[in-house]
Amino acid sequence: MSQAETNTDSLLPDFNSAAALRHRHWRNITDTTTRYLMAIGGISVIIAIVLIAFYLLYVVLPMFKPADIELAASYQLPGNDSEESLYYAMEEQHEIGLRVTTAGQAIFFDTLSGSTVKQKALIETTDQAITAFSAGDPTERLLSLGLSDGTVVLASHNYRISYPNDVRLITPVIEFPLGNEPLLISPANAAIKHLTAQWDGEQATIVAVTNDSIISLTNFSREESFLSDEVEIIRTQSLIPFQHELTHVVLDIEQNELYIADAEGFISYYNLTDKTAPRLIQRVHAVSEDRRVSSLKFLGGGISILVGDSSGRIAQWFPVRDAENNYTLQHIRHFDSQKESITGIAAEYFRKGFLAIDKQGTVGIYHTTAHRTVKLEQISEEALTQLAVAPRANAMLVENNSGGLKFFLLDNEHPEISWQSIWGKVWYESREKAEFIWQSSSASSDFEPKFSLTPLAFGTLKAALYAMLFAVPLAIMGAIYTAYFMSARMRNVVKPTIEIMAALPTVILGFMAGLWFAPFIEQHLPGFFLVMLLVPLAILASARIWQSLPENLRKSVPDGWEAAILTPIIILAIMFSIWLSQPVELLLFDGNTPLWITENFGITYDQRNSLIVGIAIGFAVIPTIFSISEDAIYAVPRHLTMGSLALGATPWQTMIKVILLTASPGIFSAVMIGLGRAVGETMIVVMATGNTAIMDMNMFQGFRALSANIAVEMPEAEVNSTHYRILFLAGLVLFAATFVVNTVAELVRQRLREKYSSL
Amino acid sequence: MFTNLKNWFDTGTPYIWLNAGAVSISVLMVIGLIGLIAVRGMGHFWPSQVSLFDYLENDGSTSIIVGELVDEETVPMARVSGGTNADHDGKTVDRYLFKTGNRDITGLDFRWVLKSSIGEQSFPVELMILERREWGNFYGYLQNVKEDNEVVTGKENDWDLFQSYLDSNDIIHDEIRHIEKDLIGKINYEMERLRLQQRGLELKEIKAKAPYDEIKTKRQSLQDDYDVLTKKLEKLYLQFNKASITATTAEGNTVEIPLSKIVRAYRPNAMSQLQRFGFYFIKLWEFMSDDPREANTEGGIFPAIFGTVLMVMLMALIVTPFGVVAAVYLHEYAKQGPLTRLIRIAVNNLAGVPSVVYGVFGLGFFVYFLGGSIDELFYPEALPTPTFGTPGLMWASLTLAILTVPVVIVATEEGLSRVPRALREGSLALGATKAETLWRTVMPMTASAIMTGMILAIARAAGEVAPLMLVGVVKLAPTLPLDANFPYLHMERKFMHLGFHIYDVGFQSPNVEAARPLVYATALLLILIIIVLNLTAIRIRNNLREKYRAAE
Repeated sequence: MSQAETNTDSLLPDFNSAAALRHRHWRNITDTTTRYLMAIGGISVIIAIVLIAFYLLYVVLPMFKPADIELAASYQLPGNDSEESLYYAMEEQHEIGLRVTTAGQAIFFDTLSGSTVKQKALIETTDQAITAFSAGDPTERLLSLGLSDGTVVLASHNYRISYPNDVRLITPVIEFPLGNEPLLISPANAAIKHLTAQWDGEQATIVAVTNDSIISLTNFSREESFLSDEVEIIRTQSLIPFQHELTHVVLDIEQNELYIADAEGFISYYNLTDKTAPRLIQRVHAVSEDRRVSSLKFLGGGISILVGDSSGRIAQWFPVRDAENNYTLQHIRHFDSQKESITGIAAEYFRKGFLAIDKQGTVGIYHTTAHRTVKLEQISEEALTQLAVAPRANAMLVENNSGGLKFFLLDNEHPEISWQSIWGKVWYESREKAEFIWQSSSASSDFEPKFSLTPLAFGTLKAALYAMLFAVPLAIMGAIYTAYFMSARMRNVVKPTIEIMAALPTVILGFMAGLWFAPFIEQHLPGFFLVMLLVPLAILASARIWQSLPENLRKSVPDGWEAAILTPIIILAIMFSIWLSQPVELLLFDGNTPLWITENFGITYDQRNSLIVGIAIGFAVIPTIFSISEDAIYAVPRHLTMGSLALGATPWQTMIKVILLTASPGIFSAVMIGLGRAVGETMIVVMATGNTAIMDMNMFQGFRALSANIAVEMPEAEVNSTHYRILFLAGLVLFAATFVVNTVAELVRQRLREKYSSL
Repeated sequence: MFTNLKNWFDTGTPYIWLNAGAVSISVLMVIGLIGLIAVRGMGHFWPSQVSLFDYLENDGSTSIIVGELVDEETVPMARVSGGTNADHDGKTVDRYLFKTGNRDITGLDFRWVLKSSIGEQSFPVELMILERREWGNFYGYLQNVKEDNEVVTGKENDWDLFQSYLDSNDIIHDEIRHIEKDLIGKINYEMERLRLQQRGLELKEIKAKAPYDEIKTKRQSLQDDYDVLTKKLEKLYLQFNKASITATTAEGNTVEIPLSKIVRAYRPNAMSQLQRFGFYFIKLWEFMSDDPREANTEGGIFPAIFGTVLMVMLMALIVTPFGVVAAVYLHEYAKQGPLTRLIRIAVNNLAGVPSVVYGVFGLGFFVYFLGGSIDELFYPEALPTPTFGTPGLMWASLTLAILTVPVVIVATEEGLSRVPRALREGSLALGATKAETLWRTVMPMTASAIMTGMILAIARAAGEVAPLMLVGVVKLAPTLPLDANFPYLHMERKFMHLGFHIYDVGFQSPNVEAARPLVYATALLLILIIIVLNLTAIRIRNNLREKYRAAE
């Protein structure tokens, strides 16, 4: 404190007194804390808003992840491993597996340890050998066994879930839907060689091929008598002639379509709608000359068949309806990922995916709609013989040639997504051709989700196009006039008024467009087109008349008030056009223009159509484009215009040749920002279109836009489902599109600003 | 002539006029739209006259129609579906739209009638309109008032008697509502809290008996209160359902209508002009202050107004500090370089990202991710019913805050850059620290810019609907997010919103025709709120600007 002593005479308070030091110290602390708080706060806010893009990506990316196969357990065949396996299945929780052997034993086993939980014989006698086996649709869990005496046994495996002591207990049971007496199929007691059967709770159909090369079709249907509650089972049987060496036979769950593969590589397609008279529709060559059909299975839902051949190709076929309403079996797509003979195919229960195994030990996971090989992995050195997939497609059982059974867990959440299925044309089941379709959900369970974003993106662009057609001329022309020709006093009123447009909630614009404007335009369609024609004419005519007025009258209105003079004229022109609408409609369009359009152009007129949306969104983007381009025009340095006018150019020439040229980057960026807004507009599109995803440029039809689709479907989408993620993808597409457009606009604007400052 | 015209075009004048036309059209569109909404929205509450006339139906029979004229138009014959038996001169027909009510009897609320088939119209003063709690309006004549199914003595068609009964019923109705909504609502809320408390204890595996007993006694006392209230309610309901009226429709159908089903009864044809004005304002007040009835197509929109304002206020509370801090950091503390320039462009562009994308983000990140985590951490006793893991007020405000934060940042930065460098340097030269310079010199001068940013944010947030549809708005919320139960502000609750109300009632309601005037009124209110918000803000901004003008 030596300085303190020297300052004792000063009247000023002591600079370095304890209090002052404390105060200074405190000030330093606040300064530093503020600095850090600001930095932390600022950076975290910036991170938070940048997070949006990354979070969208984070949700979207798992869709493109390949599937994962994880070996969970490996053990010897459960039960008697000297018997050959016929079939494997698992229950919903994939805790219990089922193995059916050639001795007719159904062995339920723990999938993780391979130990037998329960064993039951499917056939009572041991005198008869099992000569044929088939499994019905996996959702019905039907097993059918053909015996050497020409009889068939139908059994089903079911699982009872109970919760003793709050622990889930799964009890497997075997049931016999048509009784456990074998059903005699071949009167001649010939052994059954091939078999397929389906049971849907009401009727059962068995297609059996016996040793004497007869294909018999037997149908059992339950009929409840009206008088008593007795159930009667009615049996019909018919024979199908077949001359070729049959290798595979499958019947769909509806029991209407039968497919038979033969040794020559052909597939015969039968219609069984009338069970007493099966009808051959077609016999097509399904595999190339040097190959054989090695596996034939239905895809989940029972519409498509999957044909695996001896060289590893798996092809999807389904009946396609032609113009005359006839169905023909058609090759839709194929997968060439596996290189060896396909030994087994297992379709997923509720999705359009399937798994396939081959002689090389490779397992492939596929999805038909996406045309995607989700995963291909060699899991064994030996040939694989049997394959089963869990109902939720999250586990599989694979048996190999040397009697080992492996249990795998699958992680395959989103197989239905590929570039092709999102953006390309896809040939969906039961459609006539490959198409772009968005249809995310449906009431039926065997539904194939159709996730094509193309029609939605198309709808978004269509809306934006019509909006820009309406908004750009009005906004830019308005900006030109307001910035350059309008009197300052009027500009002070007009600019805020147009900017109020920007504050109008779009939900109100959408409501007005959908409930007032759309019916109004439907009623006065000719009037609308008359407005487009008459209003510009009226403006030109009034300009001409104004100029021919006596000079002193013209001088009474100062320059830059043309817009005010025009207002009543435009109102009159619009009213006149609307008034004229009805006479014109009666005269030219039979009194009902929408109907007339439909009859003459074959276009259905939607009340809420692209024209309405275009005008409504146009209304919403006019202020944006107007404001920014007005600023750009207004900011053109005055000396440029002065120079041009001094050199004798008219105001209009100056406008076109000097101002617009200089301001054009600004106007361009205004249009881009307007476009960004039009693309993302949601409520107007939700409310003023029919929201049907059709792809048609016609202005009298509606569309479904990306943004509207998100708003409508997002609340119903199940979290983390494919539908949910694909809606996030739609959001990401919108985000990226507007972000790019805005960035371009912003960069152009910054360039322009630099240019002006150098002028 | 043509060269003349060509010369004229060469001068450029016609183009200038065309440009002027574009301005006029734009301005006309704005004014026209607001005007149209105003006229339709304001007109809804006016008690128009009820007319009575004979009508010649298409099948040749005659019927009596009673109703209020809503709309009229002239349409070409081709557009009228079905033939008419009336004579037509020419190809167009004039037709009227009447609101005829009596949906429970006729199945329709509205009817188009042909002008040519209408007999002479009259306006009987005895015609009354009953606004009912169900089935919309009733149009007809009053016969008598009954109590316990006995006709109350008095003269036939006693309007005053009916009104006095209605008034006393109104008081009972208010009391019932108070008991059901406030008192029983509170008890239910407390009960639910006790249930969750108990579940929480069970989850923590607390074995001691004392806390359970405490809950039990509390529950018992609540149950006692509840029993007392239900007894009281029973009595009130008995009284409430006592009286009824007999009324006849114009066609002569006699109907018995319990008084408890009637909200309001009036005879528009008997009203004087002054009474009409009075009625108009009563209806307007009801619209602003009441809960909605009949799937939002009748009654008021108070919960929607409340929800909108509360949500926007919360949003402003969140967005302003964060936006300002981010702007100050970017402008005052961060090193200026390509990175800050990039961030600035990114922030600017985020303002142009479609709002529905923010909704998607809010739903995924806030609701499912953050909300789900909060539930697991703090509300495990309520699971699997989500508390914060479902759309609600907090997430809606946060989503809109994220949506509007670029607006605040851009505006604040603009304000910061307007503060002259000399002022900052002066302050620093006098020995102030950077924080002091910022707080005492820079920020006061930026206040108006911050205000502008906040106002712009509020104006944008008040009109947004698309993101809210995903993160918290519902068509009918049973309770307001702010009430007398602890903790008073319920951030997890869903709320109603004016914009969503417009969408929902206009497009999702089963009876769009009847609801339409109400939607116009709601739209008008929303526009007014937004304009008022803007104007207030502009005023505050101007005041602040005046205050700190000296410093500039």
